[in-house]
Amino acid sequence: MPDPERDIASRYREHTGRKRTYILTGFVLLVVTAVLSIAVGSVDIPPQDVVRTLAGYSVSTNWDNIIWNVRLPQVLTAIVAGAGLAVTGMVMQSILRNPLGSPFTLGISNAAAFGAAFSVIILGAGSTSSRVGDAVTINNPYTTTIMAFLFAMLVTAVILAFSRFRGTSPEVMILVGVAMGSLFTAGTMFLQYFADDVQLAAMVFWTFGDTARASWEELGLISAVVAASVIYFTFNRWKYNAIDAGDETAKGLGVNVEKVRLVGMMFASIVTAIIVAFLGVIGFVGLICPHMARRIVGDDHRFLISGSIITGSLLLLSADTAARIMMQPYQLPVAVLTSFLGAPTFIYLILKGRRI
Amino acid sequence: MILEVNGIEFRYKSKEILKDIKFGLKKNEILSILGPNGVGKTTLLKCMNAILKPKSGTILVDEVDLLKLEQIEIARRMGYVPQRCEPARLTAFDAILLGRMPHMKWNISPEDVMLVETTIKKLHLEDMALSYIDELSGGELQKVSIARAIAQNPKLLLLDEPTSSLDLRNQLEILDTVRDIVRKENVSAIMTMHDLNLAFRYSDKFLFLKNGTIFAAGSMNEITPDMIHEVYGVPVTIQNYMDVSVVIPV
Repeated sequence: MPDPERDIASRYREHTGRKRTYILTGFVLLVVTAVLSIAVGSVDIPPQDVVRTLAGYSVSTNWDNIIWNVRLPQVLTAIVAGAGLAVTGMVMQSILRNPLGSPFTLGISNAAAFGAAFSVIILGAGSTSSRVGDAVTINNPYTTTIMAFLFAMLVTAVILAFSRFRGTSPEVMILVGVAMGSLFTAGTMFLQYFADDVQLAAMVFWTFGDTARASWEELGLISAVVAASVIYFTFNRWKYNAIDAGDETAKGLGVNVEKVRLVGMMFASIVTAIIVAFLGVIGFVGLICPHMARRIVGDDHRFLISGSIITGSLLLLSADTAARIMMQPYQLPVAVLTSFLGAPTFIYLILKGRRI
Repeated sequence: MILEVNGIEFRYKSKEILKDIKFGLKKNEILSILGPNGVGKTTLLKCMNAILKPKSGTILVDEVDLLKLEQIEIARRMGYVPQRCEPARLTAFDAILLGRMPHMKWNISPEDVMLVETTIKKLHLEDMALSYIDELSGGELQKVSIARAIAQNPKLLLLDEPTSSLDLRNQLEILDTVRDIVRKENVSAIMTMHDLNLAFRYSDKFLFLKNGTIFAAGSMNEITPDMIHEVYGVPVTIQNYMDVSVVIPV
């Protein structure tokens, strides 16, 4: 029990200080994991040489090439995508007042997958080659990416339109999202039915989320969108706390709940759309990581935003590294692993947690 | 007069819910809004701080018309305690700190933290200050919710059925707290009430709603058994027991 003699304010500062320590520890852990992740692979590089190379002191040209062109972009992509998916999941859970909120609640990934299928079948963007571990390539990745993004944004627009007519209640948003999700799943099935073997393979291959797909330019674009949304979410952290206490309490505190809900959803949709469009579907990170972070730092969004970012980055980076090395020389797409890990982790959280 | 309400009218879609609402309140007074279920008590309370926008009328707080202000400006003048506050994994301190939101810019200041500490002491919540509110009982959560509204430093407190779903002891504790705050600080309070006996015990003024408008209003001692019979359709007698009026259905 806390000492009743000490004043409440200093005990409170100690309490928030502890949360800062957790977040700092998580950050250090993330940096260490990142270095180790760059070090391992088909060619093992000693971690100290990784640090030296990253600091600008070349150790060997071969390693330079591996680190700068292959592993670092993939590691950073995992970090940024993990952060983006987790933070949008966290915001969705808050503004939709639903613990099952995630970037995919609103049917965005289904729409993106449909967009990819559409580009492969109707626009002919898929073909095969026989490279090891990468049997199917997409001829024109930009067509696929752009179509995936467009359809993801189309769903967002539909949900916004419904919100305008029927009010921005969480129920309306979730129900429209579920309806859109199943509509686009049906659309994808329809396209797949008429696809030939090659097209079908290209389509299915695209949906496996893979962090190795992004180049430096694409990573830059994803990072910019994720950074912008994190800044917006941080700006509104107190408002999310207020909305957690109930819509009426939040309104009584001067929060424009409808606007926070609508703009938050837009940011979350754009982040999800861009990640899915470039990397494919990476499930469960957006759902689980915020809950993991909640168990450590609680629901206070002042800490939960950075907590979710670090948990998401750490989880996706670890999963990505594991996927990269566990079946060498094959590299598994990370989405296979996150989905495998996701279900048991989620059930564990439900069983162990007082609540989710 | 700290509060003057004039000609408030509220419609939901085309249905008229409230019309011609007019009343005033002085500093350090408690007003109970009374009336049967579904008559619009909560609606009226929500109109008071523009959570629901009245179709017409004025609400003057210290001679400023609330309906012309931004929501955040209203939040600086009125603290609203809804019937139910959702629990989250926040400490009571964090939850009360939310009351400083309408006053803060980018983040909380050390003064905000001190003010929350003062509020906690005022309401005798020291023991639960650092407990998580999802582990508190209904009565404790309600006290935290009231503390949050007080931390807003309002001129007026709005409470929506503050005692519903509380046991007898908590009902009295909550209303004692509200009365204490109203007497000692420079605030007034409006609450919607179902329990006439608690209304008699704790409020200075009453307002009976019937058919979407004010049926009767005034000081508590002006309430007659006939009024209650008219409003609720139940014949009653009002007895005096140790200086407290008690309503007994007959």
